[in-house]
Amino acid sequence: MRVKFTVNGREQQADDVWEGESLLYVLRERMGLPGSKNACEQGECGSCTVRLDGVPVCSCLVAAGQVEGREVVTVEGLADYAEQRAQHGGCATGACGSAGTSVDAAQRWQAKPAGADGQVRLSPVQQAFIDAGAVQCGFCTPGLLVAADELLERNAQPSDADIREALSGNLCRCTGYEKILDAVRLAAARGDAQTTGTGA
Amino acid sequence: MDFLRPGSWEEALAAKAEHPTAVPIAGGTDVMVEINFDHRRPEYLLDLNRVDDLREWEVGEETVRLGASVPYTQIMENLRAELPGLALASHTVASPQIRNRGGVGGNLGTASPAGDAHPALLASGGEVEAESVRGRRMIPIDAFYLGVKRNALEPDELIRAVHLPKADGPQQFSKVGTRNAMVIAVCAFGLALHPRTRTVRTGIGSAAPTPVRAKAAEEFLTAALEEGGFWESGRPIPPSVAKQFAELATGACNPIDDVRGSAKYRRHAVGIMARRTLGWTWESYRGNERSDRCA
Repeated sequence: MRVKFTVNGREQQADDVWEGESLLYVLRERMGLPGSKNACEQGECGSCTVRLDGVPVCSCLVAAGQVEGREVVTVEGLADYAEQRAQHGGCATGACGSAGTSVDAAQRWQAKPAGADGQVRLSPVQQAFIDAGAVQCGFCTPGLLVAADELLERNAQPSDADIREALSGNLCRCTGYEKILDAVRLAAARGDAQTTGTGA
Repeated sequence: MDFLRPGSWEEALAAKAEHPTAVPIAGGTDVMVEINFDHRRPEYLLDLNRVDDLREWEVGEETVRLGASVPYTQIMENLRAELPGLALASHTVASPQIRNRGGVGGNLGTASPAGDAHPALLASGGEVEAESVRGRRMIPIDAFYLGVKRNALEPDELIRAVHLPKADGPQQFSKVGTRNAMVIAVCAFGLALHPRTRTVRTGIGSAAPTPVRAKAAEEFLTAALEEGGFWESGRPIPPSVAKQFAELATGACNPIDDVRGSAKYRRHAVGIMARRTLGWTWESYRGNERSDRCA
């Protein structure tokens, strides 16, 4: 079947999608967006977390057909999403006329600091993860970034309990939780004043 | 496999009548796991995400009509006063990501004895609104669970909502697991005090082939509270009564040994949770009684 939906602010379409296929599979294997990670495939680990109509969900548990006509934000679009949110006072869905992140650009996205051209943009929470040393093997990082960004969107000054609760569905097997909590605290402390970083 | 996308409840019922083997999918937090792991290859998936009214709830005079797909997150955030037991149970469901998708309809449809909503539903009491093209019927929650992952639905029926009485007294929910989040209950216990009818109701999860009530424990406690005049006096419940209640709750279990825990442990833990939830709810009742009198 064909599924049309918005990914990172731009309308996309996937063809020959199997009816039992997950949103995660469509993103990774059909759109070439491997940022959302595939680990447990049963909603236990949170490494496939994306925003579906703004709500954080495990993309491995959303049937592809269920996203027809809906809006998905992946970690590849997070920097743009955060920038739009800062500029438009909360509207970061693309519905308010933002250009979004093209699949091409998202596929080229690399997790490295900007070069001389300064082209690689990071969301505040991504920058904070780098600055706090919250990334070890990195596999859990995309899901944590999406979850942490959503937390800070709805609660700019979260308590430690709020952070733990918001990230309770994301597992890190490097046991790096302390640095991850540090990163979220850092992003919260910096606030939305600093909207977009440019790499370490 | 075919993916059916009804745009309305009527279309969903028609699709289910035409394809009774179709597997309804709403939050997908159970169904997609089975598909991802190749445990299930349904001929038809019936997507209910497009049926908007399944995500709505109405608070009436006496009852709350809770749409089958209202996510647990919404129950926690919006229905804590009306459905405190279910709100507490909702908060123990998996993780934020899962609570954003899953709802009570899925717990009922799957009818796993470990579903977190069941003890709260049994303790609260209520009815499941099931419907097919043949018509609508209300299934009392006590008659809904028939066996391990078997419920009272006919093949052409879908769950539209649950109708739950608004809490008329304190309710509690307790769950045993290895950590706070992302845990399937080793066992769970729900307790609701119903001061208006001077009764208590309970629900036990994961300690029998189906979610069950501890009826002997309920009857004992209801009688003990009545005879001792506890509802009026608001006196503390004697330890002997709490102990007997806990033992009768343990007696209502019919658990198995499995990877999450032994049968012996489950019986023990249910007794402990029964005693604790009784303590919490009764303290809350007494507190409310006192403040009512002061006011």
